Amino acid sequence: MNIRTNPKKLRGFERYIKIDNVSRRSILKGLGLAGGFVLAAPVMSRPSLAAYQTGADKMPHGTVVDPRVFVAIAPDGIVTIVAHRAEMGTGVRTSLPMIVAEEMEADWSRVRIQQAHGDEVKFGNQDTDGSRSTRHYLMPMRQIGASARTMLEAAAAKRWGVPATEVKAVNHEVVHSASGRRIGFGDLAADAAKESVPSVEGLKLKDPKDFRYLGKGQISMVDLRDITVGTARYGADVRLPGMKYAVIARPPVTGGKVASFDGAAAMKVSGVEKVMEVKGWPWPSKFQPLGGIAVIGRNTGAAIKGRDALKIVWDDGANGKYDSVAYRAELEAAARKPGLVLRKEGDVEAALKGADKVIVGEYYLPHLAHVSMEPPVAVADVKGDKAEIWGPVQSAGGTREDVAKTLGIPQENVTVNVTLLGGGFGRKSKCDFAIEAALLSKELGAPVKVQWTREDDVRNGFLHTVSVERIEAGLDKSGKVTAWRHRSVAPSIASTFAANTVHQAPFELGMGLVDMPFEIANVQCENPEAAAHTRIGWFRSVSNIPRAFAVQSMVAEIAHATKRDQKDMLLELIGSPRIVKLDSVKDLWNYGEPYDSYPIDTARLRKVVELVADKGGWGRSVPKGHGLGIAAHRSFVSYIATIVEVAVDDKGKLTVPRVDTAIDCGTYVNPERIQSQIEGAAIMGMSLAKHGAITFKDGKVQQSNFDDFRVIRIDESPAVTNVYIVPPGSDTPPSGVGEPGVPPFAPALINAIFAATGKRIRALPIGKQLEA
Amino acid sequence: MITLKINGQQKNWDGDPDLSLLWFLRDEIGLTGTKYGCGQALCGACTVIVDKQAIRACITSVSDVVDREVTTIEGLHPTGDHAVQKAWRQLNVPQCGFCQVGQIMQAAALLMDNPKPNHDQIREAMAGNICRCGCYQRIENAVHLASTGV
Repeated sequence: MNIRTNPKKLRGFERYIKIDNVSRRSILKGLGLAGGFVLAAPVMSRPSLAAYQTGADKMPHGTVVDPRVFVAIAPDGIVTIVAHRAEMGTGVRTSLPMIVAEEMEADWSRVRIQQAHGDEVKFGNQDTDGSRSTRHYLMPMRQIGASARTMLEAAAAKRWGVPATEVKAVNHEVVHSASGRRIGFGDLAADAAKESVPSVEGLKLKDPKDFRYLGKGQISMVDLRDITVGTARYGADVRLPGMKYAVIARPPVTGGKVASFDGAAAMKVSGVEKVMEVKGWPWPSKFQPLGGIAVIGRNTGAAIKGRDALKIVWDDGANGKYDSVAYRAELEAAARKPGLVLRKEGDVEAALKGADKVIVGEYYLPHLAHVSMEPPVAVADVKGDKAEIWGPVQSAGGTREDVAKTLGIPQENVTVNVTLLGGGFGRKSKCDFAIEAALLSKELGAPVKVQWTREDDVRNGFLHTVSVERIEAGLDKSGKVTAWRHRSVAPSIASTFAANTVHQAPFELGMGLVDMPFEIANVQCENPEAAAHTRIGWFRSVSNIPRAFAVQSMVAEIAHATKRDQKDMLLELIGSPRIVKLDSVKDLWNYGEPYDSYPIDTARLRKVVELVADKGGWGRSVPKGHGLGIAAHRSFVSYIATIVEVAVDDKGKLTVPRVDTAIDCGTYVNPERIQSQIEGAAIMGMSLAKHGAITFKDGKVQQSNFDDFRVIRIDESPAVTNVYIVPPGSDTPPSGVGEPGVPPFAPALINAIFAATGKRIRALPIGKQLEA
Repeated sequence: MITLKINGQQKNWDGDPDLSLLWFLRDEIGLTGTKYGCGQALCGACTVIVDKQAIRACITSVSDVVDREVTTIEGLHPTGDHAVQKAWRQLNVPQCGFCQVGQIMQAAALLMDNPKPNHDQIREAMAGNICRCGCYQRIENAVHLASTGV
């Protein structure tokens, strides 16, 4: 079928066509406890009790399972459900409340969503990061919904004088089938509020076969209509009476500061009201602002024009010599020497020496910038010892904590209002932009919006690290891989928190290095030292990007060297279906999840490879100049495999006619949004593979905007991306979706290019390498 | 004093005549549907329609559009039910949604100019609009759907 001419017949899409009447206005009146609102009562933290264990309760402030915190029912029957995680495009603001609605038998068309402000004591962990929301909150949200349902049923039973076991909540009302009586949720609200909250242990959850919403993919995002008519409110769209508009000139070198400045010319610009210094913190300083000179204007355009007129002399500090060309050579040199050993099975040194053939691959990935379409932006209104923030923050609780600490006021005095995020990708888990707004508002005594320009975003962000991954594979005479040594060298995210950090942290090492799942007798994983010279931060999929690129490229390199099919080679290396034992790894991390619930299960990894090979037509004949590549990777405790078809013409022009991806993310909530995440991951994967590079010279980022930090546009995007979701087993815990799609894309693409052209690309981005 | 016509309404401006239309719309008259994404006409998030053409508001000054009809997302359709908007909702196009207003305005302008664009024409017309979430497959399908009847 041709998806271009018949959009109603998209592959795998037919089931997910939107139902009308379900999209809801996002802006609701608060849960203000107006008469009759019930179940929104005093806070009492209750941990969840799940059929499977997750790392949710080890996160700061854990989970809160309490219907009085998350659910309110108005006398007219409108059910308001709190979304406590940040919406940045994954659909979480819809998915989590939908779980509550499912369990409490609420009718989705009568559900409204209320976005939680930052309060982790009340709502539990709110840091929307690490592909954790569904994984950690599927069961707590079910329990919240089931508690509310139980209270409604108990209230109805009392009113009718019948045993609670005889009544049942069905689609927004409670029914007593023996007598045919029924009563709506709205009419029961006041009575239900008087019921005690049932114990989590005794809750009866719905049988999944009775689910109306979960796993169906037929409910659109609650913000869909607002987005299409321009009323969806992002951080940038917040406007307050008397609000000032600010942009800031920040040090071009990380750790630099203002030596002197002259704001006279800026003050002459029409609409500019003030030029002032903003406090900066010495690097490294976690998420504190870099400091610089702020220009305040009556609108953003005036402030930007004023900033252009500033004269600033910077003191560049210790990172003024950071140079990406020299640094790459440093990383490569480090990767060729032994490093800190993190995993050791057998004797890799002896096995490599005794090998019939050794294949060495060194894979380079430069810094990347998030460039969410909405650059960082925040509004703050600080009055005396109280502060209110509005912004697109991934971590509302963290923002509250950091703003309070910076202003020296109690957290209770800080209100963080979470707007929609115009993309996040990890950048907006760092709240420096909100702290900047708070500092300026305090000083000006007025509400302030700090708008980062795109140039600020590219030059002053928290970049994805830069890395060299070196893999040596030893093969015996039969072509079997007997030795695998992987050295990973990259400045760590931990360097943003602590000076003199030279080793990567467990949460980075556990992303495709020490958790490598192949069945090989002699394995050693090492981490040589690397110092940071700029702010390093989480970028969607994090260290899995360079690791999957290296490991999955090496699989194809071995396949080529031994004249075997890439997919067969991959399956041979994954080996037998088993739970991988990693006794020599001291800190596996495992995405913070208990290994019993979330082991490395090679049967699941094999299955996604086999599924994508089957559905994606692995081995099909392709035209001349085309090639197929495959890659598989486990990340965020999900399993994913991708096949990319490329076409490379005789001038080296690269196009992607087709992408196929299979994902096993365990029990899932909204397959329509899973599909959209995987479609988008292909674009982000292709962006970084084809164009992505932030480079430094004299300590300064050399790129500035979308012209020199390019991302994929529609005219170079894959012609079609197909997504296949593995149906979960009945007891498979949920796992990540937002991030796992990205890592396998680049290696699948690179392997496909090799199949098409015989060129093996080991340094990203591809750039002009195919034109040679 | 400059007088502008935005969504059929007259708006006056006595400040900097070089102020970009983008910041005038967003900060001075509160039409925040139009988004800032790059400031250099590289991403298309600020796309509005002037007369019948899609333009980037970030590099267009207010004085450039005097005596022209400026249409923003707020004025695209009285009830938000332009064929492009309906197609967008039917195919669940957006992820974060931030670029989508610009995409929708660009698509609406394309269909005014070419009611039945083919695959290549859609891709060419929409290539100035970046979506970092990567909704391109659905954008292309939605433009096609809007052109064939929602």
